[in-house]
Amino acid sequence: MQRIVVERAGGAPVTRRAHVGAVASGNLEVLCEPPAGAGARITVETSVDGYEPIWRATLERFLERNPIAAAIEINDFGATPAMVSLRLEQALELAR
Amino acid sequence: MTPALLRRSYVEATPRERIEALVDAGSFREILDPFARCSSPYLAEQNIVAQRDDGVVIGRARLDGRDVAAIAVDGRFLGGSIGEAGGAKIARALERARDGAFLLLDTGGIRLQEANLGLLAIAEICDAVVALRERAPVVAVIAGSVGCYGGMSIVAALCSQIVMTRVGRFGLNGSEVIEQEAGIGELDARDRPAIWRATGGIRRVEQGHADILSGDDLDELAGALRAAFAAEPNRERLSLERLRRCFAQEAPA
Repeated sequence: MQRIVVERAGGAPVTRRAHVGAVASGNLEVLCEPPAGAGARITVETSVDGYEPIWRATLERFLERNPIAAAIEINDFGATPAMVSLRLEQALELAR
Repeated sequence: MTPALLRRSYVEATPRERIEALVDAGSFREILDPFARCSSPYLAEQNIVAQRDDGVVIGRARLDGRDVAAIAVDGRFLGGSIGEAGGAKIARALERARDGAFLLLDTGGIRLQEANLGLLAIAEICDAVVALRERAPVVAVIAGSVGCYGGMSIVAALCSQIVMTRVGRFGLNGSEVIEQEAGIGELDARDRPAIWRATGGIRRVEQGHADILSGDDLDELAGALRAAFAAEPNRERLSLERLRRCFAQEAPA
């Protein structure tokens, strides 16, 4: 199990809470809520070790495309980067 | 009958969608949602990622106007297993229920990673079901792809009514456990038709272990759930006489 944190300053805060997905094989759970401070903070807990560079690339690209301020928690059970991106978009659609 | 493309499948729906679709429209209020972070503290120590609702959804809802406790186990997370936190959520929801409760059971039973705490949770849940069923209906729905096994199959058996679909399976031991303990001559766990013939919804309703057989369509299940609430509680299910009759029928000649 590995913990990864990605942060980015600035951005418009999300207004609502959103929860999507599940901690199931090839899937992940995303909890998105308005931030405590400013900027975006994504914390990841993943069951698969050793993929930190891919996580960083995926999450930084998401934040680049969506400059939001939010507290996002990801609980992952071996999802692919494509799955991660889709779940994040889904959560954002509900939280904005 | 609803055309195939407009049907909404229970198996395909998430636990929250299942509850929403079965109760009076817009009446479900979740208690301890994932943001309450009522999850298991024991899984991280064992290198397992936790789900924030601990795989259990509880809340209050209306069912034909009745104020009921709605409970759903998430079969996607660790086989819908019951640990300390999820078990406590179920037990408290049952204890506080007003006009009855329903449980959407998609569960392999106790979470082995939490061992005795899971056992204790099942005991609390059984206690709460037995207390509640004396004054209001407690209905189990077994219609998910995991089925209902282990300690939670005891919980289901205690309920006043059980609704199943042909997808659902219901038994004390799962097929792999039976194969491992009794040998492949008793049951080949890879023989899926044999598993459904023995423990599937059609068979269980025939045997009288479950009460109502429904299709997988959510609207049909919503009707079946209401029928179960309206029905007389099944007090026969666990009677010794009925169980003796069942064993006599099923014993090899």
